[in-house]
This record gives sequence, structure tokens and C-alpha cells, in this order.
Amino acid sequence: MGIVEAILLTVITAATPLVLAALGELVAERSGVLNLGVEGMMIMGAVLAFAATDATGSPYIGILAGIAGGALFSLLFGFLTLTLVANQVATGLALTILGLGVSGQIGEAYVGMSGIKLPEITIPLLSEIPFFGRLLFKQDLIFYISIALVAGVNWYLFKSRSGLKIRAIGDNHASAHALGIGVIRTRYLAVLFGGACAGLAGAQLSLVYTPQWVENMTAGRGWIALALVVFASWRPWRVLAGGYLFGAVSISQLHAQALGLGIPSQFLSALPYAATVVVLVLISHNRRMTLINTPASLGKPFVPDR
Amino acid sequence: MRIELEKRPTPSVLYAVLSPFVALVLTVITGGIMFALLGKDPMSALYSFFVEPLLDVWSLHEIAIKAAPLILIGVGLSVCYRSNNWNIGAEGQFIMGAIAGAIVPVVFHDWHSPLVLPLMLIFGMIGGALYAAIPAFLKANLNTNEILSSLMLVYIAQLFLDWIVRGPWRSPEAYNFPITRDFAPEAVLPEILASGRTNLGFVFAIVAALLVWFMMRYTLKGFEITVLGQSERAGRFAGFSSRRMIWFSMLLSGALAGLAGISEVSGNINKLQPIISPGYGFTAIIVAFLGRLNPIGVIIAGLVLALTYVGGEAVQLTLSVSDKVTRVFQGLLLFFVLSCDTLIRYKIRLVFSGRTAAVAQGGAE
Amino acid sequence: MSVAGASADRPLLAVRNLTKLFGTFAACNGIDLEIQPGEIHALLGENGAGKSTLVKMLFGVLEPTDGQIFWKGEAVSIGSPSAARNLGIGMVFQHFSLFEALTVAENIALSLPPKISLAKVAEEAARLSRVYGLPLDPNAHVADLSVGERQRIEIVRALLQNPQLIILDEPTSVLTPQEADRLFETLAKLKAEGRSVLYISHRLEEVQRICDRATVLRHGKVTGDCDPRKETPASLARMMVGSDVATITAEGTHTKGDVLLEVAHLGVAARTPFAVALKDISLKVHGGEVLAIAGVAGNGQGELFDALSGEFPVRDANAVRIRQRPVGRHGITPRRLMGASFVPEERHGHAAVTGMSLSDNLVLARSQSDRAAFLGGGVLGIIKSVAVRLASRRISETMDVRKSGEDPLAGSLSGGNLQKYIVGRELDRRPAVLVVNQPTWGVDAGAASRIRQALVDLAKAGSAVLVISQDLDEIFEVATEIAVISEGRLSASYPARDMTREKIGLLMGGMHDKTEGAEAAHAH
Repeated sequence: MGIVEAILLTVITAATPLVLAALGELVAERSGVLNLGVEGMMIMGAVLAFAATDATGSPYIGILAGIAGGALFSLLFGFLTLTLVANQVATGLALTILGLGVSGQIGEAYVGMSGIKLPEITIPLLSEIPFFGRLLFKQDLIFYISIALVAGVNWYLFKSRSGLKIRAIGDNHASAHALGIGVIRTRYLAVLFGGACAGLAGAQLSLVYTPQWVENMTAGRGWIALALVVFASWRPWRVLAGGYLFGAVSISQLHAQALGLGIPSQFLSALPYAATVVVLVLISHNRRMTLINTPASLGKPFVPDR
Repeated sequence: MRIELEKRPTPSVLYAVLSPFVALVLTVITGGIMFALLGKDPMSALYSFFVEPLLDVWSLHEIAIKAAPLILIGVGLSVCYRSNNWNIGAEGQFIMGAIAGAIVPVVFHDWHSPLVLPLMLIFGMIGGALYAAIPAFLKANLNTNEILSSLMLVYIAQLFLDWIVRGPWRSPEAYNFPITRDFAPEAVLPEILASGRTNLGFVFAIVAALLVWFMMRYTLKGFEITVLGQSERAGRFAGFSSRRMIWFSMLLSGALAGLAGISEVSGNINKLQPIISPGYGFTAIIVAFLGRLNPIGVIIAGLVLALTYVGGEAVQLTLSVSDKVTRVFQGLLLFFVLSCDTLIRYKIRLVFSGRTAAVAQGGAE
Repeated sequence: MSVAGASADRPLLAVRNLTKLFGTFAACNGIDLEIQPGEIHALLGENGAGKSTLVKMLFGVLEPTDGQIFWKGEAVSIGSPSAARNLGIGMVFQHFSLFEALTVAENIALSLPPKISLAKVAEEAARLSRVYGLPLDPNAHVADLSVGERQRIEIVRALLQNPQLIILDEPTSVLTPQEADRLFETLAKLKAEGRSVLYISHRLEEVQRICDRATVLRHGKVTGDCDPRKETPASLARMMVGSDVATITAEGTHTKGDVLLEVAHLGVAARTPFAVALKDISLKVHGGEVLAIAGVAGNGQGELFDALSGEFPVRDANAVRIRQRPVGRHGITPRRLMGASFVPEERHGHAAVTGMSLSDNLVLARSQSDRAAFLGGGVLGIIKSVAVRLASRRISETMDVRKSGEDPLAGSLSGGNLQKYIVGRELDRRPAVLVVNQPTWGVDAGAASRIRQALVDLAKAGSAVLVISQDLDEIFEVATEIAVISEGRLSASYPARDMTREKIGLLMGGMHDKTEGAEAAHAH
């Protein structure tokens, strides 16, 4: 295996959780809901996936537990912001704070324990293609899911009728309500999907990226995913591209540290965060484009009159 | 069954007062259930978490020490959130304030003067404010979302602190431990009571809260903050500038967080080390909301959240429960506060199937 | 398309004792209504009379508290808009239920069963728009369309479901007179096919012209059921308002003074993708004059107001002059200090903060112009709450503002009363220049007449008043001079007595006359 191949493999592993979490948030935001609790849902997914894998010995059950954890946590967010119309920004923060606390509590028992890595699935024939075969067709299940989900979400949002409804609600929830589209129900489903994706992203961290449990192991990836959605201007394929770009940045700092360039390791570790800020600035300084792309009802409360 | 909301013609004063207390009670109940799940006796666990720390002088001082940064930061955040500027990077501003303030006792440790402490405090505020100026500049001039930018800067500040205490500022006498030299006595915030460790930082917190309360309650500046938070357009009509408000609120909250940071290292830790905060900057977000974004409320909320830190340490000792339980309590509290706040603006009704039976009113007029 | 069902002697839709309570407030109180097949039926009433609530119940958006709805003689319960559509009821909303980010075809598809493909929807929509004379491009994004075009989408969307009853809520409020005429032709075509139309309006002239029958609502109750052609405008108005409305006395002693407000070659680029650019606008308002600017919504009125008020200053200082002084680059506060006052269109969240008390809302507009009276404590700027409250009470009394307490939240007042307070807040300063955008939009007749009289009186006292309005009745009541805004351009001003509705209508459509002949060619 060549060095380029090895580096690209790590990039893929670093990018997959970002892509997944951002893709879930993209669907929620397309329906007009701003869920800042991605970090909290992701860490819940990570700890539950690790715990379930440890209990059953099967990382596949771990994946399911991670998805369920993220989804259940997002329901809490949905109940507060959709049913009780609480402030979405504050509730998202609460979800993150609670997630970090609860996951720390649950994960207490697993600190320092070595986990089970999600096995690779080799696709016959395709995996024998030189270079790309190893990269793309000898990967774990979560990677395959992430690629399929990007394609699926893109098709769903722009080609299916119920995806059209999500976009309509995100554009103008009052009009959607007047047409008889179930605004709150649809948003619940979108939030739930976002939670499931964040949970899956968390499972990837504790089953693939570093198969163990470390407190706060998401390390801001949930927030970077939020930035990715803006970066991608709410389009699934751009989420994929952006996710891999960020994955590359975070991997490059690891390799730079290994090379020992004389730059303090802390500065290199700060690179992904600094890159996020820079990218946000580049994307959003054009107010006009931001206005056009942002779902118009994003973050706004909706109370139907009955 | 489904839940329906009906908007009240005017916000309920009763629930505005009651809601934080309802939230507290719900948190305690949920906490009891959690202790039971962990196999502890809920009553005694809750007792040692919430009551015991209030019964001895040492713990009361610990509460005051932990409440000081929470109140200082919470007051600044309440101004930010009232004006609709979502600074969630106070943790980073706290750290940068601590580092900037520590320049005097660490770099110029041979300089002994009564000016050391005031200079440290001023440097601390400037450091915090400058760090908050980054997201302020990005939002005001480049339209960048301050939530994400201020949060990213927290990670960068943490790494910067880690670097500075392991690198340039590491104490020559510390045998490779990542700490700076201890602050000289004139660089330490004095204690204010004979009975314990509570230091001047607590006084700063109370004074800051009272000043900001006066500003919000009586002055045109406070009015401007509230107007711009409720409607940017109406604020523009009044001749207020939301851009200037971004600067004002971010710099104010950054300065207060920086003051909290330098007060904490000067009064409590007496040196810099890789970790100087158990998440005060994030917990202060809860403080601000629990205090209803009102500086006086923030004082009370700061004390309550400080109690959760001290109580968490207490149950760790007595019941050998992890101190992570503190974070859980804090998260739950914020959730319940946000849910209960719905009652202020809406009546909640449970509707059982179809158009009949509308019962179980969630509120008095 | 032809319409089946509904025998001749049975009403298509009947409503008995329909009631809707919001808390204790009865928005609709025991409404009875019958609509016959092939009839254009008017629903008349002032803003807040309960018209919108009634039709929302008929369309399944709101749930009635009490009463029954009969469709072709059978009792039905309409639980959702799709249930209404399945019965054969179509609806054209007043505030359009359109999605700006989506295409025309996507907008239409959203109210159709999911089985039909987008291509099919586009094809059918194109066919219908040809049949009924409603030209539309199915692939255009709604954000790029004019108000009139948006209304066509709504109508085509309703027609696609082959409805027997079409409800139109205030359809002409956003149209030029010529566009309205075209709409009436479409309605006549629908009627000829045997369909029924429920036509909601507060414009008596229109109702008399096209409707066969009228039901009048006031305060949620039916106050009249008549053939509008047999009534006079005055008798219809009485049913709507409950009493005679004071007529405005505009005639008399306007004395023309100096030019107090002047705009010269004002050009402003569009600030957002949804805004209109202003192009080379010039106008003059003398003391003693009321210049009214007519125009269909969305032609640059808001942008013009922003430039005049200084909320968004412009590049050229000389583009706006108040009392001869160039103020183009100044913000709203210096302009106020020169004696100008401003009343924006949107009450909630622009002219007033709904979550704040009336006295706070007084500080909102006058903290700087009345600094000496309202602020103390030097640089601290402490608000003198007693002085503010007294002034607030004075304004409420002068303008007869009806409110629930001494100093209630602005949001708790009715639209009319809040608007009286907002206008009163500015008049209380005796401004030399007043700029007001849509002074009586969504306001009841009593409050509207009081506000219009106040504007006229201010001008008579020597001030310059600029009124931007969509309401031609209002314009003819208050104006001494009239100009028309269209696509960000302003026509020349004409004395009000020389203007007619037809002439305004032509100018609204962008047909600027000879004085600006060159522009007329490429406008629209």
C-alpha cells in the first residue's frame, strides 16, 4: 500500500463522520429547523454504540444503538422546539451540554477499554481495481452508508414529492400549513433523521475512527458539521465535498505532526478549527448569496392556529 | 393525544417568576430518578448533592468561589443574548483573559508593585474583549455566524493555553510539569472574609451584576439592547445600530469573561495550567437562561449552578458517583428552564383525539 | 372542463351557525351563509370582521368551535385543506401561500396528489393558463415574479383541481385597475361554466360590479344579506361599519409654502435579492401639500421609504433634502432632529416593538428628538419614565387610542388603535415633514378616517406630508398632489384634481406619460 493510498484512507475515515452528521443536519435545516445539538447527539451515538458493542460483541448492533441514541436525543430537541416552541438556539446548546454530561456518565465504565473495530467489507471484483479498489470498495459499512445517503438525500430532496414538501416547509411554513402540509410532523421526521445521522456519525468515531471510548471524543466535530452545512449551501453533494476537504485538513495536521516540522503540535491541532472559521467567513461574507441559499424559515418558531 | 399551544395576550407574570423554580423542582426529581438508576438511595444522594454543601462554611466558600466566574460571565452573556448576539465562546474568552492577565506575574515576575494586581485585571479584561472582538468583527463586517466562530475559538484558546504552559511559560522549577511559576503574593486576589477562601472575584461579580442591572433597567443603552434583540428593524427605525450593538455586547461579555478568567487564576489557582476551567464558560450559558437574562436573576442562578459543582464533588466523595453527574444536572436544568418558559407566553392544552374534549389547562390567566 | 353535480334549487354550500372562538374572543359568531351554483357571492366586511376566519374554516385550515357546514345538502366536516379540495373547494389566499424558492410547477404540484409527475403538472398548468387567459411560465422561480403573476399561480393552482367553488380573499388589493379588469373576465368565464365564486372584499364598487349576492359581516356576525346591485355604496358601508363614517374634509385652505422635502435623482441599488432598485426618483413636497404616491405593492415603496427616512442612507447627500439641507448620507436621527417624522408600513417589529409597552414605544421613536424631555442623567441617558408616560397618555387621548390598561403592550392593541398611536406619536412632535407608508393598511374604517383627517390637518397647518399608499380611495381623500411608483421609478406629480383612477392605473402599469416618454418605451 502506497503512502498516498494510506493518507487517503485516513482522510476517508476522518471525513465520514463529518459527512454523515452534516447530511442529517442539512435535512433538518432544509425543513427550517436549526438544531445546534449535533455535537450532543453525536457523542450520545458514540457512547451508546461503544456500550452496545461491548455488551453484545457485535459492532453492527453497536451501529444500531448509536443511531437509536442520536435519534432519541433529537426527539428531545423536537419536543422542546416543535411542540413547546422553545428557542432553537438555546435548546440546541442544551442538547449539547446534556449530551456531553450523559455520555460522560455512561462512558465512565468504558474509559481505557479497547473496543471492537467495525470490520471491512470487501466488495468482490470492484475491490481489485488498482488504487481505487482499496480506497472505495474495501471499507466498512458506515462508509458505504454515508455515500449511499448522500445520493439518497439528494434524490429525495430534489426529485421526490415528499422532499419537495420539506423544501416548501423550510421556505415558508405558514404557506405550507395553509396548503394542508403537516408542518410539525414533517419537521419531527426531519429532526429525527438528523439525530439518526448524528448518532451514526458518533458510532463511526467509537467503532472505526478510534475504536475506544474517550470522553468528549467528538471534539467539536458536531460544530464543524454545522459549519459544513452552511459551506455546502444546503446541497448534499457539496456536503460530501466539504466533508472530505475538512477531513483532509484534520489529517494533514496529524501527518505534519508526525513529520516534526518544528511547529508546536497544538498549533497544528488548532488547524481544523481555524479552517472552519476561515471557510465560514469565505462563504458568508456574500450576504446576497447567503440570503438566497438559506431556507427562509430556518430557526423561526411555528405555532399553527387551530 | 396531542399538545396544543395557545398564545397568551400578554406574557404571564406569574409564570415568569415561577418557571425557574418549576424547572429546579423538575431537575431535582429527574436527578433523583437518575440516582436511583445508578443504584443509590435517591433521597440521601439528593441530600448530599443539594443540601449538605449549604450546611458547612467551607462548602459555602467553595460555592462563592465557583459562583463568581459563573455570575461574571453570565451577566455578560445575558446582555449578548438579550441583544440577539449568540456568543457561546465565553470559555475561550475566559482562557484568553487569564493568559493576558498572567503576562504580568509570569513574564515580569521580578517586578513587585501594588500596581501588579490592577494591571492584571485590566489585561485580563482586554484579553477577553480582544478575543471576543474576533467573532464580533466577523459578524459585523463579514456576516459570519457568531455561534460557530466563537465556539471554534474556544478550541483554539484551549490549545493555545496548552502550548503556552508546556512551552514558553513553563516554570523552570516545575520538573517538566506543564504549569507556570506560582504568582507572587501581590498578584493574588485577596480573600475578603476571615472565615474562608472567598476572594475579591465574588465582589467583582456582584458589582458587575448590579451595574449591568442598572443599565438594563434605567438607561437608554439598556433600552437599545432590548429593542435590537426583539426587532432589528425597529431598532434601526429608532436610530440604533445593530452593528455597533454586536461590538458592544461582544466586547462587554468578552471583557467580563476575561475578568472572570484572570480572577479565577489569580484568586483560586495562583498559576496557569493546561486546564483552568471546569467549563465555566458553557455553564454560564445555563446561568444566563436560568436567571431569565436578568442580571439579578443571574446572581441567584450563578449560586445555584455553583452548588451543582460543589454538590457533584460531594457525591463523588460520599457516594462514589462520578462527578460527571454535575454536567447531567446542568444540562437537565437548562432543558427544564427552556420548557417551562413556554408557559410564560403560551397556555398549554392537552387535546384528546378529535375536536371534542379540550381539558387540562396548563395555566391561569 | 364542465361542472357536474349541484342541482339548481339546492345551495352548493350552506353554513349554519358557524362559530369560531379564540380563547373567549368570537372571531365568527353564529354565521349563516348560502352559496348557489353559478353565483358570484360577495363576503363583505372590514378588516377584523371575521371574513378570513370564516373562509379558513371553509377551507379546513381552522377548526370551527360550533356550527355546521353543508355541501350540496349534506353535512360535512372539513378537517384539512385536502379534504376541502376533495369536496371541490379551491382557495386563492390574500397573502399568497406560495414558496419563493420553488418554481411555479413545484408550487402547483404541492397541492396536487403525489402521483402526478412534475412534467404533467407543468403541462396541465400551461393548458389552463391559456384557457383562462392567465399566462404563466411553469419553470420560473416565484421569487422573480410580480404580484399579479403570483396571483395567477394561485388561481391556476385552484383551477387544476376542477373546483365547484373558488374562494378568493381580497384578490384585487394587489392589482392595478387594469389587472383587476382581467381578473373579472376570468371570474365571468368561471361563472359561465357553472362554478361558484366566494369573493371576499371590502371594496364596494367591485362587489356591486361583479357579484350576484352579498353577505356582510361585522364583528363576527352577519349584518346583511342582499343583492349588492340594489344597494347604494352608502347603505352597504353602513352594514359593514355599523354607522356612518366621518368623511374627510380635504378641501379648503391649503396654502403652499416652501419646499420642505425634496428628492433629486435618487437611485438606490437593490439591497437584497428580493428588493426593488430605485431609479432616478425626483419629487418635491411643499409645506401645506400632501403628495400621495400610488402604486401596487412591491414596486419600490418600502425602499423609497427607507431612503427618505435614512434607515438606509444613500450615497449622494443631495439626493434627499429636508428643509433645503442635504441629508442623503445622514441616518434617521439627524433627519428627525431637522423636524422630519416617519411612519413605516409595518407596525409590528418596525414602527413598534410588539413585546414592549406603549410608553417604551414612544421612547423608540423620540429618544433623540425629545432628549431634553425624556432623558436625564447626562451621558448615562437615564429614561425619565414619568415624563414618557405622561406624553404617552397625551398621545392616546389625542388620537382616541382604545386600550386595555394604562400602558399595555403594543402587541395587545388592535391594528387600528396601534396605528393611531404610532401616527399620534409622530404628530405629537408637530413635524415639519411627515413621511408615511401605507397609513391605514389593515385598519378599521373609524381609525382610518381619523388618521387620514390628521394627515390632512397637519398639511393645512403648514407641514409637508408624503403619503405612500396602495389604496386609491385613500389617495383621493387626502392628496393635493399625486405621483405613481412603478418598478422603482416615479412618475411626475400631478394635481390631485386632474387625476383619475384610469390615469393612475396606466401609470401603475409602467405607462409613464409623455414627460418621460423615453422611459415609457422600455418600462415593462
